Amino acid sequence: MSSYSVTAASPAQKWLAGTLVIAYALITIMPLLWIIATGFKSPSDAIAYPPKVTFEPTLEGYVNLFTTRTRVTPETLEQLGEPTTWYDRIVRQYDMVIAGPSRFGERFLNSVIIGFGSTFLSVFLGTLAAYAFSRFKVPLKDDLLFFVLSTRMMPPIAVAIPIFLMFRTLGLSDTHAGMILLYTAVNLSLAVWLLKGFIDEIPREYEEAALIDGYTRFQAFYKVVLPQAATGIASTAIFCLIFAWNEYAFAVLLTSGNAQTAPPFIPTIIGVGGQDWPAVAAGATIFLVPVMVFTILLRKHLLRGITFGAVRK
Amino acid sequence: MAEVTLSHITKRFVRETALSDVSLTIPDGSFVVLLGPTGAGKTTTLRLIAGLDRPDAGDITIGGASVLDLTPAQRDVAMVFQQYSLYPHMTVRENLAFPLRSPVLRTPEDEITRKIAEVAEVLHIAHKLDNKATALSGGEMQRVSIGRALVRDPQLFLMDEPLSSLDAKLRSDLRVELKRIHAALGATLLYVTHDQIEAMTMATHVGVLDRGRLVQFGPPREIYENPVNLTVAGRLGLPRINALPADLFPGAPAGAATIGLRPEHIVHGEGQAAQVTRVEHLGDQTRLHLSLAGHDIVTLTDPHTDLALGDSLAIAPRNPLYFAADGARIA
Ligand SMILES: Nc1ncnc2c1ncn2[C@@H]1O[C@H](COP(=O)(O)OP(=O)(O)OP(=O)(O)O)[C@@H](O)[C@H]1O
Ligand SMILES: [Mg+2]
Repeated sequence: MSSYSVTAASPAQKWLAGTLVIAYALITIMPLLWIIATGFKSPSDAIAYPPKVTFEPTLEGYVNLFTTRTRVTPETLEQLGEPTTWYDRIVRQYDMVIAGPSRFGERFLNSVIIGFGSTFLSVFLGTLAAYAFSRFKVPLKDDLLFFVLSTRMMPPIAVAIPIFLMFRTLGLSDTHAGMILLYTAVNLSLAVWLLKGFIDEIPREYEEAALIDGYTRFQAFYKVVLPQAATGIASTAIFCLIFAWNEYAFAVLLTSGNAQTAPPFIPTIIGVGGQDWPAVAAGATIFLVPVMVFTILLRKHLLRGITFGAVRK
Repeated sequence: MAEVTLSHITKRFVRETALSDVSLTIPDGSFVVLLGPTGAGKTTTLRLIAGLDRPDAGDITIGGASVLDLTPAQRDVAMVFQQYSLYPHMTVRENLAFPLRSPVLRTPEDEITRKIAEVAEVLHIAHKLDNKATALSGGEMQRVSIGRALVRDPQLFLMDEPLSSLDAKLRSDLRVELKRIHAALGATLLYVTHDQIEAMTMATHVGVLDRGRLVQFGPPREIYENPVNLTVAGRLGLPRINALPADLFPGAPAGAATIGLRPEHIVHGEGQAAQVTRVEHLGDQTRLHLSLAGHDIVTLTDPHTDLALGDSLAIAPRNPLYFAADGARIA
């Protein structure tokens, strides 16, 4: 065995690369860790100065996130007797009782419906359009592709006013369908361009073989092209979901009582005497989970994208 | 199985004409080999018959009826592609089952299992059936793609250089196997190759394409012994036919510009003296490189020859082929 190789890294190189990657990961993950930690702090720990790195964890933020509470007189409190649940106990410290669930659950569900709905629609329409652009003779193909891209040449919020008026006229304001349509429209151009790149890479011979093997064009697309485009579809879906999930400006503008998503809702959580930072942080933490899970679930496809090679017969 | 005809087929691409006015009849049960230099239009011919491309002019019939308006699936042909023919996301078994499971065939599962086992046996891929298609060597992939055609029983098999990345032993085994299948099934095949042995041993008919035109069509011996022009003469024969100025030897007919000499057209020991410039012992034969008046000639001689570099050998033509200045055969 020779100790020198063109492709394999030496131990020193590996060590250096490892250190750099870990250092970079730590720096980027710091804000995230801080948010997660803040979710478990008490309101006073959360705003303490200098900031507290060690603290006594409490679930107060989470309780406040999911409930609404009312202050009651000490007499009433006494009449109620001992708190029966752990969250009652937390609330009683502040002379309060739980009045009911907060709207966070609804808002979170709205985010899930709108985020995943528009992601599905963007990827679905994007894949069909990209396939057509990639494989068929479309009149004015290049102009159409440029037009599709041009919808992203300004920040979407620049057209906020026309969209606001349009939504109001069409009755789409504050509806799930309206938000799904809007996010799909914004994401579609990205989806078409990304997916066209991936589909261009798949040799036509595979579909042609399927056509000769007795399948229709749609079946060939479904059974041969789609599985091979899985990598591209997965990464496109992640991009689309991240945009729709995190979108704030349109959500503030177009939604309120009915279809409001989590991003405009979380910062409005008010606690005793001002912003309830632990509850906000708890909301942000829970809000991160779906995108994280989605990305981890699709990671297999993302990684496979690197090693996936075309096959010569 | 069925007779396939191409009549006056023309196919243009943006920049070039890939086929021009090609007419060809592939008789029922025949094994037709298409020969031609790279870019001659061989793959294009197969794609037109399969229905992957549409000719700009002309008609194609299978079993007597025009197929121009039929989809590839409706044409009932099987094709082995020159490249990229295995579905990379499937195992070998799934690849072989794919055509059988198509909506056109809808083969019962037990029959699929039986057919796959049969084909895997013939092609020596039984031990690889559960491999991913990407986890195969080039030769194995090629065998699986032949297998994917053989599991079916189509009107016509189209094969685009199917044996090109196999080693010599496997190649000759599969040649015999394909020939056996052809005879056993009475299958009709259209087969593209660059390999002279494949053409000579398997074909019932050979078609020679050159720059989009079908220059000659006939039994392989006729193509070999009676080529219509210099290009066709150069396609078959190993070592290649020697094309020399016609006046190098006496007796050229009027108008002959080139004399074509295959090894069997060269008599040793009489005529003009040539110098031996190289002797290649190939085992079963010996190739002799000669120089005559500044022209190189390659011919064959006895495997145990004593001739060596620098020796002199008299040679004379016997029943050679003569070609005019434009390459057309004149005698
Ligand atoms: N899709 C296409 N677009 C444009 N030109 C094409 C296309 N397919 C083939 N051609 C051209 O048509 C001609 C014939 O190509 P074809 O693939 O039939 O050659 P071939 O005889 O199969 O060659 P080879 O032995 O290299 O496979 C070539 O000049 C080629 O460049
Ligand atoms: Mg070819």
